[in-house]
Amino acid sequence: MTWFLEHADVVGRLAVQHAYLAGVPLLIGLVLALPLGWLAQRGGPWRPILLTGTGLLYTIPSLALFVLIPLVLGTRILDPVNVLVAMTIYTIALLVRSVADGLASVPAETAAAATAMGYGGWRRLVTVELPLAIPVIAAGLRVAAVSNVSIVSVASLIGVAQLGSLLTDGYQRFYGEVLLVGIAACVVLALLFDVVIVGVTRLLTPWARAGRGARPGSGPGSHAGSGAGSGGGPRAGGAA
Amino acid sequence: MIGQVWAWLTDPEHWSGPDGIPSRLGEHLSYSFLALLVAALVAIPLGLWIGHTGRARWLVSSTNAVRAIPSLGLLFAAALYLGPYLRGSAAFLVPGLIVLILLAMPPLLAGTYAGVEAVDPAARDAAKGMGMTGRQVLLGVEMPCALPLLLSGVRSATLQVVGTAVIAAYISLGGLGAYLSEGLNIGDYPMVAGGALLVATLALVLDLALAGLTRLVVSPGLGGTRRTVARQTSRTRRGAGTATNSVPPPSHPSTPRESRAS
Amino acid sequence: MTNSTRPILSVLAAAALTLSLAACGGGTNNPLATTTSGGATGATGTGGGAVLVGSADFSESALLAELYAGALKAKGVNASTKLRIGSREAYMKGMQDGSIQVIPEYTGALARFYNKDFAENDPTKTYDALKSLLPADLTVLAKSAAEDKDSITVTKETADRLQLKTMSDLAAKAGDLVLGAPDEFKTRPQGVPGLAQTYGITFKQVRTPLTGQAAVQALKNGQVQAANIFTTDPAITANNFVVLEDDKRLFGTQNVVPLVAKKAVTDTVTAALDGVSAKLTTDELRALVGQVDIDKKDPAAVAKEWLTKNGLG
Repeated sequence: MTWFLEHADVVGRLAVQHAYLAGVPLLIGLVLALPLGWLAQRGGPWRPILLTGTGLLYTIPSLALFVLIPLVLGTRILDPVNVLVAMTIYTIALLVRSVADGLASVPAETAAAATAMGYGGWRRLVTVELPLAIPVIAAGLRVAAVSNVSIVSVASLIGVAQLGSLLTDGYQRFYGEVLLVGIAACVVLALLFDVVIVGVTRLLTPWARAGRGARPGSGPGSHAGSGAGSGGGPRAGGAA
Repeated sequence: MIGQVWAWLTDPEHWSGPDGIPSRLGEHLSYSFLALLVAALVAIPLGLWIGHTGRARWLVSSTNAVRAIPSLGLLFAAALYLGPYLRGSAAFLVPGLIVLILLAMPPLLAGTYAGVEAVDPAARDAAKGMGMTGRQVLLGVEMPCALPLLLSGVRSATLQVVGTAVIAAYISLGGLGAYLSEGLNIGDYPMVAGGALLVATLALVLDLALAGLTRLVVSPGLGGTRRTVARQTSRTRRGAGTATNSVPPPSHPSTPRESRAS
Repeated sequence: MTNSTRPILSVLAAAALTLSLAACGGGTNNPLATTTSGGATGATGTGGGAVLVGSADFSESALLAELYAGALKAKGVNASTKLRIGSREAYMKGMQDGSIQVIPEYTGALARFYNKDFAENDPTKTYDALKSLLPADLTVLAKSAAEDKDSITVTKETADRLQLKTMSDLAAKAGDLVLGAPDEFKTRPQGVPGLAQTYGITFKQVRTPLTGQAAVQALKNGQVQAANIFTTDPAITANNFVVLEDDKRLFGTQNVVPLVAKKAVTDTVTAALDGVSAKLTTDELRALVGQVDIDKKDPAAVAKEWLTKNGLG
């Protein structure tokens, strides 16, 4: 415990760096995954291409991807940008499927109702379908967030300073406390990300809480149920 | 740079000896396979049992939490705390293998459980109606129906293990990851990139092989076109169409496929 | 506020939060700073600018880097450290492209890096030869009396059992032994190739990467029978290890010396670093490394204490 108390500031600084390296790709990946997931969800040739393609990218082990990106982008091998790009790729790979599944889980009745009310394709997508897809997307985002925090720690092997540095330092010095603090900090950070995402999701989906008690993101059965009940969910009333 | 990497990969010296590519590849595969086997022997029966009896479900939900633990940390911790108690090469191999096994279990468990959960109750009822005993139902109906998700869990676990074995080179477990660790340590970047390409190729090949296996093994009545009775009509209307064979139920948040910590 | 604008606001809020985190998380370790990945223009330019002191990835190197940086700072130079870059082969690229300006080095090993057949053993001759071997943009300042060499070290029990006193004794027995060493030892001229050529030693297996405390523990617990441990490592005396005598002088003489980019050399820098080199002895270095490795103190704190005690900080 003594080491941690004396070095809490160092751990804090590394944690912020870590959050940056894990969080920014999360946001960028989400933004990029939305159109890709929408494309995949429409079916046709895009779906297998996108899903298999992103699935294949996801299989590349993290350290390998960190050092392969310089070959493609021409950055230097020990450049932190490699980490950001790699994490964005992983995030997109995870989220494309979530977005596709989320959009696919929107009950057809709701979409039909929106069309009947005069919503054009784009407006319907943004104001009706995406909000309803949020629970599923958020579930994928949670997985991506936790996964990102865990993978970023590997970047200490290419000299990028973040919580993983505690892991390598602890092992090199055979200093158990540093190692354990590093592991604990990563877990705590992952939990933090998770809590924030759950909180934001709750904020964005007030209709899911409205008395029904239906758990966001549960099986197809509940979607049919809540679909009928919340067909008029996102109150498209007038002001857009 | 790419030319140098290609030169490194095609150098015949790198294809022989204990530091050669075949030898390291063999190490990597044997560690991975061993870890997966042991993990499967524990996790799959456990998952079947949990899914079948519905007890101890908390085990499955807790597997999500394991994803949060950095695998690099687990490897270093195992080497630091377990290594000193072992002699000879075991001091390096055993901690690494233990961590690989531990990391392979959550996806296998989650996949098996999800598979059993997703078994169409109608099929189960029909089997019981036909007079099958509990065990016959499990082996003859539940397992084949659970196979897509189970294999999805296997894919995920393989990915996890092969990926973690890469960084296990840092606790001198050898394997293909040693090209990355050695290359980074001595600044031989063609070795680093060459090793990375080998590792990425291995992961891809294994994943595609398992995908192919899934397609072979899973009964065509399942998972093929996703138009089973239990699915909502709304989904077919959205044109979910043909999916890759290991797509889990879409709104299942803890998809076994999507878990990795390294 | 309608439900359609709320998601947009949330995303904006999240983005703002992340950006503000990045802003306060920036500073010396900003992941996107270009000092670590600087191109040819580097981070300094002429002396008087910032000086980045790098280190290899073992604790003595980190300690020396902190000593240098602390001495420089005490004389008003804007110095900072970039620790644990990797082995010599890795950090030399940083010296060459200007990412770092100073790094603690060892005379014999550095000379060997530029001339594989370098075989000088006298400290002064080694130093002079080194100066002529360096490329045009690098130079070394005054060398220190402190020395830290490679070694092949075994436990007392192994030495007694196999009657080992010198490295020549090892030639006959090495075939049954496993050596633990860092990665670079496998290919360096004074490493595995040198062992074979000079002494006829070929180990059963060379296990890498084993450095620092991991190597010490592996040797202590019998996971390897011999290890490449540096001679100032306090673990040697702490564990009663036996350093095999380098009777054919494969490992040369290794005085600690700062390698500096010529562009960064100023009178202040020279004075600061020469001051450290003058006061540092092998025993003092060993004691300092002991504080870092065994007492688990911070290299920066240990360095600061020593500098203050010797009037350099």
